[in-house]
Amino acid sequence: MARAVTTRRKTINTALAWAIGLLIFFPILWTILTSFKTEGQAIADPPIFFFFDWTLENYAIVQERSNYMRFLWNSVIIAIGSTLLGVAIAIPAAWSMAFVPSKRTKDILLWMLSTKMLPAVGVLYPIYLIFIELGLLDSRAGLVIVLMLINLPIIVWMLYTYFKEIPGEILEAARMDGASLRSEILYVLTPMAIPGIASTVLLNVILAWNEAFWTLNLTAVNAAPLTAFIASYSSPEGLFYAKLSAASTMAIAPILILGWFSQKQLVRGLTFGAVK
Amino acid sequence: MGRIVLEQVSKSFGDTEVIPPLDLAIEDGEFAVFVGPSGCGKSTLLRLIAGLEDTSGGRILIDGEDATAVPPAKRGLAMVFQSYALYPHMTVRKNIAFPMRMAGIDRAEQDRRIEKAAAALNLTDYLHRRPGQLSGGQRQRVAIGRAIVREPAAFLFDEPLSNLDAALRVGMRLEISELHKRLDTTMIYVTHDQVEAMTMADKIVVLRAGVIEQVGSPLELYKTPRNTFVAGFIGSPKMNLIEGPEAQRHGAHTIGIRPEHIAVSAEGGPWSGVVGVSEHLGSDTFFHIHDTGLGDMITVRADGEVGFRHGDRVSLTPRMDVLHKFDANGLRIA
Repeated sequence: MARAVTTRRKTINTALAWAIGLLIFFPILWTILTSFKTEGQAIADPPIFFFFDWTLENYAIVQERSNYMRFLWNSVIIAIGSTLLGVAIAIPAAWSMAFVPSKRTKDILLWMLSTKMLPAVGVLYPIYLIFIELGLLDSRAGLVIVLMLINLPIIVWMLYTYFKEIPGEILEAARMDGASLRSEILYVLTPMAIPGIASTVLLNVILAWNEAFWTLNLTAVNAAPLTAFIASYSSPEGLFYAKLSAASTMAIAPILILGWFSQKQLVRGLTFGAVK
Repeated sequence: MGRIVLEQVSKSFGDTEVIPPLDLAIEDGEFAVFVGPSGCGKSTLLRLIAGLEDTSGGRILIDGEDATAVPPAKRGLAMVFQSYALYPHMTVRKNIAFPMRMAGIDRAEQDRRIEKAAAALNLTDYLHRRPGQLSGGQRQRVAIGRAIVREPAAFLFDEPLSNLDAALRVGMRLEISELHKRLDTTMIYVTHDQVEAMTMADKIVVLRAGVIEQVGSPLELYKTPRNTFVAGFIGSPKMNLIEGPEAQRHGAHTIGIRPEHIAVSAEGGPWSGVVGVSEHLGSDTFFHIHDTGLGDMITVRADGEVGFRHGDRVSLTPRMDVLHKFDANGLRIA
């Protein structure tokens, strides 16, 4: 009897999980479906689900009108560049907080995280001015720096939690074995924290890839990534849903594929290492 | 070479002084054991010598050179940790090679020393494995291997055997002692186990609350404990410490008599009591005697053949020539 209840419960849980999953995934699915419709079918009322004339026309037009590869390349450089730069800065910071904590370490961690609670637009003006001064507007270097800075608190936090799991004695052993601080971090800490670092990198590549506030506000042509590519299709002269959807699909496809193949690391990253 | 001298070394964590200023000298080639109950500061003292903790005062000299401010990597000491602290992502070979790699020793020499250490420690067949695939005893050997290849001025052991089971512990104890005889290098060994201290040490340093209670050879400590703490700590089972009228009769505040220095018989001795728990080890039997009128329970070591039962009334005869006498402060008088 007890067993029957559990089975039933399991079925309900599974159904519920799928329902929630589909609900969350629906906008993406709808975008992908719309990208294969004609503009007319895209705005049809009632909406058409599967039985429309599948077409690749939108993709062809989008490809023709704008240079997708250039946007993609910018996205790749900005997302990966900002993440790697952030990780390189965060590893020593997280090392010191995890292994030589001071009285204020916890406060510093919280303070760093608190910067994430500030609305980005609050600092748009000063950053914009600084960028003009430094000539960083519409440059990939500028975006790499800004996205690195806004994600740095998360990177430090994540690495800190992963580093905390590494027994301090092993690092002390490295010190006794004659390792300098650099060797200790390079040859002992980092290899041991590789799973955690991988999760951190993945999550932050995705965050940087999807970042749309700074990438839209600080770029025009040269450094514009895929977010700008999508935005360029929601023009004031009238909305072309099918083309916008095609552009969106092209923009999210690389990161969707990356996410699909690295689900395990990603889940670990999102739960801050609570799931192994 | 590895003569280690501590001069007025002290350590505080915040406002808490864990080690008041102390002096200690460990001679080259000596096997010194720091022993004491948990929290006595013995591991902290070892970590101060290693350089893993900064001193709050005093100087640490290694071979005459002031090493107080020298980072651990540059002190030329090797350490074996309680948790072994092997690098889990490296094979046994790479673990052992690590200190030599850090020291920039060339590959051929590295290989030569690895082969030698592996042969000495029975690790030759395991060099390609990772620590996770080894048993506790093997991991311990790798940790020792990693320590010996760099030919340090001294070895530091921080409770290296406490994670091993009893049988393995006895074996490793012997191996470490043999290693010391063979290498003839200074070793400092921290343990809470007085049996390890007694069996391995040239010199035992007994610590309590960061204070050195006594320094001496195992037999010195056993025969002439400086105070009641050392008397009670060294020796197993513990020395019987008796206060009150019986002690005063011998002109002391406290008298101490070791279990092996009391003879148990059916009748005839000056003391008597009732047999409580008996621990039969085969070769020996430990009787715990109650109702002696001497205060606490008295422990007696008898031959394994002696067969008193629980509840038997027995008579005890202490050997007066090996009686320890202590004053009201617990210090030895005779």
